[in-house]
Amino acid sequence: MLQVRNLEVVYDDVMLVLRGVSLTVPPGGIVALLGANGAGKTTLLRAISGLLEVHDGAVTKGSVTLDGDPIHRLRPAAVVRRGVCQVMEGRRIFAELTVEENLRLGGHTAHRQIPARLDHVLGLFPVLAQRRRHTAGYLSGGEQQMLAMGRALMAEPRYLLLDEPSLGLAPRLVAQVRELIATINAGGAGVLLVEQNATMALSLATHGYVLETGQVVLDKPAEQLLADDDIREFYLGLGAAAGAGRRSFRDVKHYRRRKRWLS
Amino acid sequence: MTEFLESVLRGLGTGSVYALLALGFVIIYKATRVISFAQPAFMLAGAVLVTYLVGPVGFWLAVLIAALLTAGLALGVERVAVRPMVGRPAFVVAIITLGVDVAVRVVVNGFIGLDVRHVGDPWGLRTVAIPGTGIDLQQRHLGAFLTTAVLIAALFAFFRFTRMGLAMRAAAYDQEAALAQGVSVGAVFALAWGLAGGLAAVAGTFAAAGASVDAGLWLIALTALPVIILGGLDSLPGAVVGGLAVGTIQELAASYQQHAPWLGGNVSVITPYVLMLLVLLVRPYGLFGTREVERV
Repeated sequence: MLQVRNLEVVYDDVMLVLRGVSLTVPPGGIVALLGANGAGKTTLLRAISGLLEVHDGAVTKGSVTLDGDPIHRLRPAAVVRRGVCQVMEGRRIFAELTVEENLRLGGHTAHRQIPARLDHVLGLFPVLAQRRRHTAGYLSGGEQQMLAMGRALMAEPRYLLLDEPSLGLAPRLVAQVRELIATINAGGAGVLLVEQNATMALSLATHGYVLETGQVVLDKPAEQLLADDDIREFYLGLGAAAGAGRRSFRDVKHYRRRKRWLS
Repeated sequence: MTEFLESVLRGLGTGSVYALLALGFVIIYKATRVISFAQPAFMLAGAVLVTYLVGPVGFWLAVLIAALLTAGLALGVERVAVRPMVGRPAFVVAIITLGVDVAVRVVVNGFIGLDVRHVGDPWGLRTVAIPGTGIDLQQRHLGAFLTTAVLIAALFAFFRFTRMGLAMRAAAYDQEAALAQGVSVGAVFALAWGLAGGLAAVAGTFAAAGASVDAGLWLIALTALPVIILGGLDSLPGAVVGGLAVGTIQELAASYQQHAPWLGGNVSVITPYVLMLLVLLVRPYGLFGTREVERV
């Protein structure tokens, strides 16, 4: 069980980005984390995977625990070794290395299992098997996303943190990524899925959290979130007025939504 | 013709030393994005260690042990003086390495003392004739060239085939992404410094072969600066090609300068810098360096 308890994160000693966030990823479950830009989704992932330090951030309160052991003070390498892997936003593959080298690097912490894991991952992603010796930078966007996910799988994670895997992909590829996440999850890994594509995320997840300006404002099972009026209006674009046809921007009173969440 | 070829071969010999030094600079730069000015001190330290070790254990073993010890020294310097500065501006770290350089050299100078110290290489100034051509090649240059070739091959294999080598290449490309894969960036930094220290020790030994070790030996390492700028700061092949090119051109200038007396004596000393200037005018990122992409 990956648990975040009352987490508070501060960047540069002054920027309070997460304000008491709590969240739970059960083993083998898929949990979606929704939120607008700047809500703190990526920061939350960084706090879990230990990458805050690179960005001058620090956990000032609360904890991240893996099966009860706190992991928020560990180095990224130690977090990976315990089975929590992050796929960063924007794929961040090593463009100068070949596909196989990228994958091998994913198995850096578990180097004895590299050959076995490599077979497993290449079986999961036939596209990568075809382009094994190609330079990773020349892959298409979709292939790069597969590579980024395959690279994380090389470490045999128990929990996979996916940061916007559908970013910049065509709808058909988004569907493919969605299936892959389901396959990976069926293999036993818990997934924390950060997405702007709320429809895709909520169709996969069992539970969802909505993050706004550093706080969890909604925390419900996915099907309830899908049915929630506010979620339909603000995240799925299926507003209450959807049935009434087109809406005019003339009626929009505030660009900045003022809404208190009661849940 | 014979004179020309002899100059070129001599140049490749001295160029090998430059290449080894430049490789150290580039390895540290790629891993940490900092130019380490401590290389001259490591080079001097390595050469002096060899002068002490060569008596009891013989030349080759002495070089090996000195390289390992210098690598250890570099590791220590990295741990104590550089690691706490991770995340600070590169300029600050570069100045710190400058301080480390001066400090280490002062200590090492104490060990040179007043006697003339030799690295005790087996070649001295003897030459070997290449049969059928009438070209005389100095054995020490041949030794330097072959040793460098072996070391470069070993480095290539290391970066290409080993787990840590791969991690170093990845960390050089994208440090945060490498961290997320579980690569310990601290280990990468340490390894880079250790490699650079070891290479500098070997370079120092060959720079002093056939001559004596004195406190001025470190000046040779300054020539590695035009070499890395020439080859491109972040390119290992660039360091090798640049080193050999600078060595060759320097020796050619030394051989032929009597044809241009108006240049005065010892013009070969400044040729590396002139070459660097010319290359920078045409390719500001060096011969093999990554072109800096500027987004507007």
